[in-house]
Amino acid sequence: MPKVTVDGQEIEVPNGATVLQACELAGKEIPRFCYHERLSIAGNCRMCLVEVKPGPPKPQASCALPATEGQEIRTDTPMVKAAREGVMEFLLINHPLDCPICDQGGECDLQDQSVAYGRGGSRYEENKRAVTEKYMGPLIKTVMTRCIHCTRCVRFSEEIAGVDEIGALYRGEDMQITTYLEQAAAHELSANVIDLCPVGALTSRPYAFEARPWELKKTLSIDVSDAVGANIRLDSRGREVMRALPRINDDVNEEWLSDKGRYMVDGLGARRLDKVWIRKSGKLQAASWDEAFKAIAKAKPGASIAAIAGDLVDCETMYAAKALLRAMGSDLLEGRQTGLSYDTGSLAAVNFNSTFAGIETADAILIVGSHVRWEAPLVNVRLRKAVKRGAKVFIVGPEWEPTYPATFLGGDLSVLNKLPKDVTDTFKGAERPALILGGAGLGKGALGACLALADKFKLVRDGWNGFNVLHMAASRMGGLMLGYAQPGGIGDIAKAAPKVVLALGADEVDWSAFTGSLKVYIGHHGDKGAHAADVILPAASFAEKDGTYVNTEGRVQFAEKAVFAPGDAREDWTILRALADALGVTVGFDSFAQLQAAMIAEVPALGEEGLASYGALPKADAKAKAEGEIAGYPIKDFYLTNPIARASAVMQRCSAELVHGEEIAEAAE
Amino acid sequence: MADRTPAPDTPELRARWGSFAWTEENRKKADWHIAKYPAGRQKSAVMPLLDLAQRQVGAETDTQGWLPLPVIEYVAAHLDMPVIRVLEVATFYFMYNLRPVGKFHVQVCGTTPCMLRGSDALFETCKKRGMSKGHVSADGLWTLTEVECMGNCATAPMVQINDDNYEDLTPERLDAVLDALAAGQQPKTGTQEPGRHTSEPAGGPTTLKAMVSANHDYRGEW
Repeated sequence: MPKVTVDGQEIEVPNGATVLQACELAGKEIPRFCYHERLSIAGNCRMCLVEVKPGPPKPQASCALPATEGQEIRTDTPMVKAAREGVMEFLLINHPLDCPICDQGGECDLQDQSVAYGRGGSRYEENKRAVTEKYMGPLIKTVMTRCIHCTRCVRFSEEIAGVDEIGALYRGEDMQITTYLEQAAAHELSANVIDLCPVGALTSRPYAFEARPWELKKTLSIDVSDAVGANIRLDSRGREVMRALPRINDDVNEEWLSDKGRYMVDGLGARRLDKVWIRKSGKLQAASWDEAFKAIAKAKPGASIAAIAGDLVDCETMYAAKALLRAMGSDLLEGRQTGLSYDTGSLAAVNFNSTFAGIETADAILIVGSHVRWEAPLVNVRLRKAVKRGAKVFIVGPEWEPTYPATFLGGDLSVLNKLPKDVTDTFKGAERPALILGGAGLGKGALGACLALADKFKLVRDGWNGFNVLHMAASRMGGLMLGYAQPGGIGDIAKAAPKVVLALGADEVDWSAFTGSLKVYIGHHGDKGAHAADVILPAASFAEKDGTYVNTEGRVQFAEKAVFAPGDAREDWTILRALADALGVTVGFDSFAQLQAAMIAEVPALGEEGLASYGALPKADAKAKAEGEIAGYPIKDFYLTNPIARASAVMQRCSAELVHGEEIAEAAE
Repeated sequence: MADRTPAPDTPELRARWGSFAWTEENRKKADWHIAKYPAGRQKSAVMPLLDLAQRQVGAETDTQGWLPLPVIEYVAAHLDMPVIRVLEVATFYFMYNLRPVGKFHVQVCGTTPCMLRGSDALFETCKKRGMSKGHVSADGLWTLTEVECMGNCATAPMVQINDDNYEDLTPERLDAVLDALAAGQQPKTGTQEPGRHTSEPAGGPTTLKAMVSANHDYRGEW
């Protein structure tokens, strides 16, 4: 723990800290462009110059200088001020003065720092450099003349995303950032370089010229595009969500966000259900709320009513439906729309127990039936980190392209019964072995065999639980906690042939099994569920209601309402509350607060933000065998996995261009 | 500076160079370069391999050689590297030609010492012979490039033609060198100043004269 002095203030810094970090610990702001906490140190912008003694009598780049015992660091001397002004002047030599037409304006590091640390005016009268635009795909808009060559984007794609596609060509003042042959940046985290770019060189293409940061209302929310539960901020103006940005949460998403979570928000404004619809003689016709409720009451469901929760719903909606069903005398609840029927007797057995931060420290990882890169891109980032630390990864399932070295063991699940020798050796020698079971594995009934493996390799040991199930739906863990599971999955519901089925945003269900039921779709997008429905009650999307979500590691998180739902659409719980009146039952709540209180009283874990405790792993059946061939993964198209994304023009374009490889001619701007 | 953009990625380019592969001899050389580095660090051999590829292209086209994109991709695949990383290297270093060049790549230094010693006249000489910057001359023999300092300031002005330097040039001496090359002969490389061997002071030493033939202790004379 070296002791250093920063501007006369003596502090102790951790071993291996840099001078820049020491200054930050002392509460000093150090301007920087290329330095980023989560990327390697480049030291090429020179903005972080400080004066350090002992050392050469010149300013030093603090980001790349280790802090050592007895250093005297000054950040407030005339030399430092002059050095910063000088660096800023050089950076601005080739930077265009186009802030008024630049999308970064108002949230631009260069703008802010030139105000804070730059000279008042320019002395530069020569010609400025201009660089041609580079095509980087449907999400990233480039204005490369603005680039200051910090190389954050290059380092991000190489180090974090693991897809080497951005590079710096040429040299000196001709240096240009580009992808190879201007191909689209085609991975699931590509748009994070927009956040990383300290200037307006890489900006958001769908968001181009849409809004200025100071006119946006910022709402804290949770990403529902997968089960990671990335923390996001929804920026809205009026009734429209303009964009989603990641928030920093080291336990969940660090500071990244998948492209789907970031860009599906434009789907919130398309294909929306904003009217009540009733199917009359085979055709959906606009109706009033009253007519709809009457139509449902006319079905006289009694206890013959079921609720199927979709992938995007919050816990409150699911609880409200559960309360309604309970008042009717039914417990036909199911959330696993596609027919999964794994045992939910112990939630610890279907939870991501290592936690995302924990899986980084695993040293042997067996993935069973999960295309992690598409099912949870942010978990894939963690796995890449684990591999960089020396972890070995084995994957059972059809081949996909991991961003790290991994061994595929084939698609036949019976390999789990007798694993190859190198796998068993690796796991026996591992200190923190982990297993990740994905949707494709659950679908083939591999849960029992995986639990047996957990026993065999002692995945649970002191301070470590290496048994993980990776879900894909934001609502899954919350739903399971609320009892949205039948022993036989959705098949049990179909067998019960309920008179009324409430589809809470359920769009992936095979409705042909419910021909005799009155299908009431309570959701926000005119997608597959609405097409099959007999009554459509327009509800709110995740951005339009407060709600609790539980991610796949059992982390309870709360999302806030950013905007109002369009047209006649209402928040889901109010619809269910009104439906209770129409059906003549009482559910015991009249406000959102009461609903939440009742939910928390029933499942206390939902009231506390943070990891829920599910107890110990159940006793495994040592005889459990896995069998069957994993033919494919549940996700066929990363960009179109939920109704919001399917309604999003941006996601459709990404799917066409990046997944299906269609050539999309770039309109000249 | 010269145009450093790679030759455009056209179907013709792919058709001509898509099937590029090492010759038997070059494959051995490539393996020898890769073997210089520890296993798993084969990427370190990217620069010699690019040079090797450029020379092989040169041998195939009877020029100094250059690096078409398919060849760069071939080297990347050979080293198990992302193509963009190889392209970064190829566009950074001037010794890699990214566009076709002539049989003789005449690189005239135009940096200050050479300019003061008359490099402008050397450009004139080249232009009179039909060369123009960045283009291959009509007979396919010459490509002229202006380069920055090559580190031969003591014998300025200089040109580098393929692997050799020609120094202490005047327009006449450069003409003689180029004539000889065009005639298929190998002119004397290095300094063209009669009586000069390498970069020793022209006209004999002016300082430390007592040390020319034997060691001399100057300390008593300070």
